[in-house]
Amino acid sequence: MRHAVNVTIIILVSIFALLFIADNVQWMPVQASAEARLIDWLFNLHIDIIVVLYVLVNGILLYSVFVFRRKKDDPSEGVYFHGNTRLEILWTVIPLITVIYFAVLGAGVLRQTLEAADDELKVVVTARQWTWTFAYPEWGIASTELNLPVDRRVHLVLYSEDVTHSFWVPEFRLKQDTVPGQEHHLRVTPTRVGTYKVRCAELCGTSHAYMEAVVNVMTPEDFEIWRQKRLGIYVPPEGEVEAVQDPVELGRQVATKAGCTACHSVDGSALVGPTWKGLFGNTRTFADGTTAVADEAYIHESIVNPSAKIVSGFQDVMPKNYGEVLTETEINALIEYIKSIQ
Amino acid sequence: MPTWFRSLLGFIIGALAGTVVFIAVRAIGGLPLLSADLRPLYAMAIFSGVVGLMLGIDKELGLPRGLVGMAIGFVVGILTTVGIRSLMGLTPWDSERVWVVGAFVAPIGFLLGVGALSDWLRWIAGIHTPDQHGPPPGKPGWFRYFGFDQNHKVIGIQYTVTGILLMGIAGTLAMIFRTELLAPGMQFLQPDTFNTFISMHGIVMIASILLGVGGMANYLVPLMVGANDMAFPRLNGFAFWITVPSAILIIMAIFFGGWDTGWTGYAPLSVRTVMGVNFFLIGMFFFGFSSILGSANLIVTTLKMRAPGMTLFRMPIFVWAVLATSFIQLTATQFIGLSFLMVVLERNLGMEFFNTALGGDPLLFQHLFWFYSHPAVYIFILPGLGIVSELLPVFSRKPLFGYRWIALSSMAIALLGFMVWAHHMFTAGIPNALRLPFMYTTMLVAVPTGVKFFSWLGTVWRGKLFFPTPMLFVLASIAVFLIGGLTGPPLATVPTDLHLHDSYFVVGHFHATMFGGFVFPFFAALYYWFPKITGRMYNERLGRIHFALQTVGFYIMSLTMARTGLLGMRRRIADYDPALNIQNLHVIMTVAGFAIFIGVLIGVYNLVLSARRGEVAVMNPWGSRSPEWQIPSPVPEHNYEEPFEVVGNPYDYGLPGTVYVRMNGHEKVAAPGTAALPAQ
Repeated sequence: MRHAVNVTIIILVSIFALLFIADNVQWMPVQASAEARLIDWLFNLHIDIIVVLYVLVNGILLYSVFVFRRKKDDPSEGVYFHGNTRLEILWTVIPLITVIYFAVLGAGVLRQTLEAADDELKVVVTARQWTWTFAYPEWGIASTELNLPVDRRVHLVLYSEDVTHSFWVPEFRLKQDTVPGQEHHLRVTPTRVGTYKVRCAELCGTSHAYMEAVVNVMTPEDFEIWRQKRLGIYVPPEGEVEAVQDPVELGRQVATKAGCTACHSVDGSALVGPTWKGLFGNTRTFADGTTAVADEAYIHESIVNPSAKIVSGFQDVMPKNYGEVLTETEINALIEYIKSIQ
Repeated sequence: MPTWFRSLLGFIIGALAGTVVFIAVRAIGGLPLLSADLRPLYAMAIFSGVVGLMLGIDKELGLPRGLVGMAIGFVVGILTTVGIRSLMGLTPWDSERVWVVGAFVAPIGFLLGVGALSDWLRWIAGIHTPDQHGPPPGKPGWFRYFGFDQNHKVIGIQYTVTGILLMGIAGTLAMIFRTELLAPGMQFLQPDTFNTFISMHGIVMIASILLGVGGMANYLVPLMVGANDMAFPRLNGFAFWITVPSAILIIMAIFFGGWDTGWTGYAPLSVRTVMGVNFFLIGMFFFGFSSILGSANLIVTTLKMRAPGMTLFRMPIFVWAVLATSFIQLTATQFIGLSFLMVVLERNLGMEFFNTALGGDPLLFQHLFWFYSHPAVYIFILPGLGIVSELLPVFSRKPLFGYRWIALSSMAIALLGFMVWAHHMFTAGIPNALRLPFMYTTMLVAVPTGVKFFSWLGTVWRGKLFFPTPMLFVLASIAVFLIGGLTGPPLATVPTDLHLHDSYFVVGHFHATMFGGFVFPFFAALYYWFPKITGRMYNERLGRIHFALQTVGFYIMSLTMARTGLLGMRRRIADYDPALNIQNLHVIMTVAGFAIFIGVLIGVYNLVLSARRGEVAVMNPWGSRSPEWQIPSPVPEHNYEEPFEVVGNPYDYGLPGTVYVRMNGHEKVAAPGTAALPAQ
């Protein structure tokens, strides 16, 4: 009886201490969606039960290891009891109720994350080895970045062009595989302005690690400005001059955001695609034996029509739709950036 | 001719023969005689040289004969394919297709060469074959371990040693890619090589676990039930030896471009990726036969060959664990074979099972694959958890708490394990109506698992605990498996899984369950039964060092893995975004991994050295009531001179005047064991 009391005290004190600590640890990345709040709530509940069970089992185990050690040269055996049916039933039924309760909670949270809204923004997400593109069918625009207005429900329609990929934004807490030949759906309500990343979460081949895209959650005003710029109809407010960005710097940003650097290095190493270092002005040899000097026109063609010329020793795997998802400004900036890498 | 000279000669002749075969096959296939990259040729030459060396030592050794048979099998398959393709008017040499057919024939060639089919072929010819007892006439004792043998103890050791070897290979792969992951950016591995290494690490570890499970089950079950061997000794030998060419096939993938799908082999990536994937798929296909046949053998042995008085609820608890495991192995393994075969057929014969455009479905692969692979993880852990239940009473000097509940919990886990597979597919695109029931069933598995944990606590409570190395590993098993078990429910509930799936949190979860459910109990079992198997004691101090390194290293590593996953690191990535700020966590994981690796090396060193030079052990150093501890060490060829009789319960430690088994008509009371135990 004494032992039962001792261990109960130790366990209760430890549980409270650890629960206090656990509730003050930032387990997850920042919450950037309405779903993240719900899912984190459920996860924190899991953590609470985990703490209780962790302390319970380890507590009794450690207590036994220290208190019930056999003294040196003690030949006697332990206290003889081989079971207790009431205890067995208790520790079968209580966990059973607990796990079913969690499953019910889980079903509720899942239902809430799936709810559609009336005024949803539909974005078509296409995954391919190894880039993401995002299309906004309502306006006919496409982009290599996922730009979203804050506090509006988004309906993502997900496709894949080759193998199974998976759309994951940790800050949203949501994930959905993209399966070739199938259409899948994911809904999210971003609630925090900021920049995040969507990362492919299903092993999809060589450059799986680099299959990322930028997610920008913007104020509705900024989103509208972006939308108009994309359509080419943006008029800056009176008196305001649109800042012109240094093309090389813009090109460098585009190269990362559009996924170019997943396959093209800038330091000379050959990845999936040829390196950009020393590319401009160089003579290229192609798979069919012909050659050409890499001037601006060549680079432009390589971006919008990659299959036209394949450099010898490489495969024809570059995404074909950069002409649609990049603006002319962005393409020209890329060319300037490539020129700068010598 | 002295042995060393024969071996050297054998090596040279073997290397030359291998080179000739290499060039001849290329010539017949219409290829240039030497490949541009000479490394496959060197590999072939060295491999053939080693085979020749073994044959030089003794030309009747089974293993090298099996390897020769495997090579012949490849050649037969390759040439047959070339021949058929020529007759069909196709280009004779298609690298993928010739090697695929070769890979199907090669294991058969191996089995013929090693002698696993010899007796059965004789039976077909009407020739009677006597049972084998001991090494073949005129051969030394070690000879039988390198060839086909019928004795379950020899087979158990063969399984165990092969399992440890594969664990070493998979562990080395892990050390390599964990070093690469120390910092963002690719330091010394190409992404494709990294992907191959993690894929190989996964499947080779799984193979090693299955072999370890087979080793423990085969060695211990007949001894524990009082039988002198398994029900089907030749089938037993066959079930072991088929794993050897299977493992070789899987490792051979590295010479054919590796593969980058992970061990899960999802279509469509597995359909499109480089041809090395075929070796993985076909290797695993054959490996499954070991599970199916071995488990059938164990079920019959357990149900039909128990000693007098041994009712089902008077069996050692480990036998219950193996029985539950065997039911899973017997019935589920077919599905991984099927799903992998379908990928091979889609790749090589154009059967478009997983192609949506032609009416197929990529998700079909996932369902078929996981229908085995989820129950598979219970194959991996049920025996180990049985080891924990088996050893705790001995080292607590108390009955196993709730023996019947523990026995039935293994059966419950086996049954429930078949009903949860789609929890691996929560984000795969399955309908919501499917996600919910699988969430419920998955959560239910926690209940029988909890019964085990609480029963273990009941076993140690108010006991007289002592802590030689096996007990240390048993306690670590419980602590580590707890982490694995507790990280399960967040994965089991769908909404939290939407964040956690395919992240490093999952990696933390399954490493904790695998280590807690297999690796730690496996070492506990090795140390515990070492004196019975070898007649000598292992070195206790080295055992504690192994325990300390492996436990501290693993505990830290698994918690760090979970943390890294929560922060957004995906699994199976060769490189990570520096912006995630997880580099420090990766350094911790790599250092911890090395600690585990070194610990295991020390453990293996301890066991190997002690087998030769350890202190001679007494018959029952642990004071166990179990029957195998009442016979001499090492165990005699036929186990029990006469069948023993079960006259009491297995775990009535602390109940004076009771005995579990009566040997040869005499009451054998288990000595409490203090006299033989090392000082505390």
